Amino acid sequence: MKVAVVVQRYGQNINGGAELHARYIAQHLARHGEVEVLTTCATDYVTWRNELPPGVETVNGVQVRRFRVKHERDPLVFSKRSARVFQHRHSIGDELDWLDAEGPTSPALIDYVGKHAAGYDFCLFFSYRYYHAYYGARAAAGRAILVPTAERDATIGLSIFQPLFRSVRAVMYNSPEERAMIHAVSGNHQVPGVVVGIGSDVPNNPQPARFRQKYNVRGPYAVYVGRIDENKGCAELFEYFQGYLQDPAGKLSLLLIGTSILPVPDHPRIRHLGFLDDRDKFDAMAAADALIMPSYYESLSMVALEAWALGRPVLANGRCDVLKGQCLRSNAGLYYESLGEFIGTLEAIEQNRWLAGTLGRNGRLFFREHYDWPVIERKYLDMFERLAKEPAARAADPLPGWFERRRQNLPPAEDVLAGLPKGPAGRRA
Amino acid sequence: MPDFNVRSDSVNVEAIMEQIRERIREKRGVDYTEQQIRELADVKLERFLDPKGVRSDLLDQFRKAQPAYQPPELPNYAFEDATLFESHRAPIRWIRKLLMPLLKLLFNPNPLIQALHIQSRLNTMNAEREARRESARRALDQLYYELIHNLVVETTRLGIEVKNLKMRLESVSSRLEFNERRARALESVVVYKAPEPEERPAPRQQQQQQQQQQQQQQPRQQPPSHGHGGQPRQQQQQAAAPLSAPAAAAAAPAAGGPQETDASAPGAAAEGPGQRSRRRRRRRGRRGGASAAAIMGAPVAGATADAAAPVDANTSSDADADRDDEGGESAEVETAAPAPSESLERRPAELPPAAEPLARDTATRDEVPPAAASTATRDEVPPPAAPSETRDEAPPAAAPEPAAAEPHNQSSPAPDPDAQ
Repeated sequence: MKVAVVVQRYGQNINGGAELHARYIAQHLARHGEVEVLTTCATDYVTWRNELPPGVETVNGVQVRRFRVKHERDPLVFSKRSARVFQHRHSIGDELDWLDAEGPTSPALIDYVGKHAAGYDFCLFFSYRYYHAYYGARAAAGRAILVPTAERDATIGLSIFQPLFRSVRAVMYNSPEERAMIHAVSGNHQVPGVVVGIGSDVPNNPQPARFRQKYNVRGPYAVYVGRIDENKGCAELFEYFQGYLQDPAGKLSLLLIGTSILPVPDHPRIRHLGFLDDRDKFDAMAAADALIMPSYYESLSMVALEAWALGRPVLANGRCDVLKGQCLRSNAGLYYESLGEFIGTLEAIEQNRWLAGTLGRNGRLFFREHYDWPVIERKYLDMFERLAKEPAARAADPLPGWFERRRQNLPPAEDVLAGLPKGPAGRRA
Repeated sequence: MPDFNVRSDSVNVEAIMEQIRERIREKRGVDYTEQQIRELADVKLERFLDPKGVRSDLLDQFRKAQPAYQPPELPNYAFEDATLFESHRAPIRWIRKLLMPLLKLLFNPNPLIQALHIQSRLNTMNAEREARRESARRALDQLYYELIHNLVVETTRLGIEVKNLKMRLESVSSRLEFNERRARALESVVVYKAPEPEERPAPRQQQQQQQQQQQQQQPRQQPPSHGHGGQPRQQQQQAAAPLSAPAAAAAAPAAGGPQETDASAPGAAAEGPGQRSRRRRRRRGRRGGASAAAIMGAPVAGATADAAAPVDANTSSDADADRDDEGGESAEVETAAPAPSESLERRPAELPPAAEPLARDTATRDEVPPAAASTATRDEVPPPAAPSETRDEAPPAAAPEPAAAEPHNQSSPAPDPDAQ
């Protein structure tokens, strides 16, 4: 079996959600067959600047083939086109222009996929929203499997992606919420799909004491791991945690791990440790009383899964359907939708050791049942087997013609998004 | 949140969240969103404004009702120098122009022309000013409406907040009341145990009277010099009862205990204000320092010597405190003086001056160790009946303490060696 993993960026030091997801999947599938990664030379997801040399290299035993990006992203143009397609009536041409402005525009990569797709059994395309997935899936029609990593944002409302979801051979979803959303927006119920998610290489014996000693951390604390960004809900987290700090009963501190884009409040019980390596990160999570996940938009929170793998409860933003759904399905985390709930849930985890312990145990069990690597690998292999037996259902829809592309008949993507069903999916995936 | 009701091996996050939300609601009252507050404000507005036929969405309705302002077209004219002589017919215009000098010879039309010209300009200026004023007034009206609307919204919000605060106040007051009741209940437990003798004063008094009669009938075995100088023997007997109990017995519960009853039995049935305040002070002391177990155990200990030992440390300090407070009350001090041996050894140094002679007197009375001395005293003086009655009610756990064995010596002449 030979599989191509097509992703926008790839590298040992690239830790974006979808990119890390792709790397883990590539490395684990490499144990079962031949895997080649097709990606760009870019490392920065904002500019898509060519920073790595094109050609073939090996990363952690996986062959990686890089292609140059034709042009960098112009933030002004991208912003203007985003406003156009998200907020106004527009045409398919506008959406294709938006996709081109978003990047990473790499026609060389698409050409290669088109020419060599027959050499692979399957091509796994990560992140539906990028140029490589949209054109690559067309180029490798009949072999394309999509890992959409879709979040509940306006991009899902763009009409160009609806045929994409319908035309691929299979869709590997991250969560039942993601599947429900894509079903609703594209009506791709007939496309084989399975909720897979992603595993994590969590150490078996984390050393919380070592972390506490190394970073001089004392007392109980809750930890946030990820980019400290307003888009990740960190501004709200700071506001809510400062509200929690006013309660004299609360003893938790807040530890922030990750690169900061947002100013961190100056408070003795809010501490920013910056970017940590995996070992320190896992030790920090193991030493924490809880992990807080304040993000509004998540396709699948790997950090939450890692916390559960370590037996730690999670406090998630209840306005994120995926996180809320995960908390409900696993019975391993609480969620908040207001300041009062944030304080109440945090105090519940802090003061009720039994509850925190039970949530942690449930989380560990949930991780083992659904997100342990053997489970994930088995789901991928089963899908490959199933698709190998079935003929390709249909080819991709042709790109619309010149006039069709210019017809201003598409509703704003935000309106489409608003019409999609909300809320967590059922308790069982 | 330690008071979760979920106590099974598997948790249900939804149930927990519901509990948390319930707690939040209890704690803070109902949380209203901005939208809900606006809806409530609308309801209020409707209620308030309906009689006048004004809609609740005041601002929108006001804006709809207000037509766009168009300044009225007031009549005006333009008056220039040649206006008087204008005509649409050119020959007439030419003739008028030709005859102008003749006209000016007859009268001067210039002031008339100027006056009319100024008037025309004034009219124009007035119209413009009126238009500006009207538009400003309309903008101000809109602002006032908006202000009123916002005030109503804020008033509603404040009303809700006041309601929430009232609920919180009610909750806090109910908790306070509960705590007070609890405190009273705890105190009543103390009083419940202790006042038994108070509730049944008659039999005790009868018994004491019987004892007194018996004593009067029996030949006196004790020389009168054993008591304090000048004190009647009856007082010595009353003092003997607490003597059988160590300092603990004299401390906390003694206020409502048999000692006081005994002390007041012969003459004064009602307790005096000093006793009441003393009892209050002891309660305060107990609340501050003694454990619940001590509080619970102390009354019985006060009644019997059995339970006195476990609370020795606290109660002896209470007794000291009592002595500090009422150093002159010799009966009370004497009650506390013959404490267990180890506390008694410390006592002379700890006692205040008023109590010191008594302690010294007690210690040197029989030239024996204090416990033995008290035993000897008890052997000599018939013990009051009440302690022996209530001894059975004493918790058995208190019995093995050394001092607790002392009352048993009443029936056995030889002191228990363990009790020493």
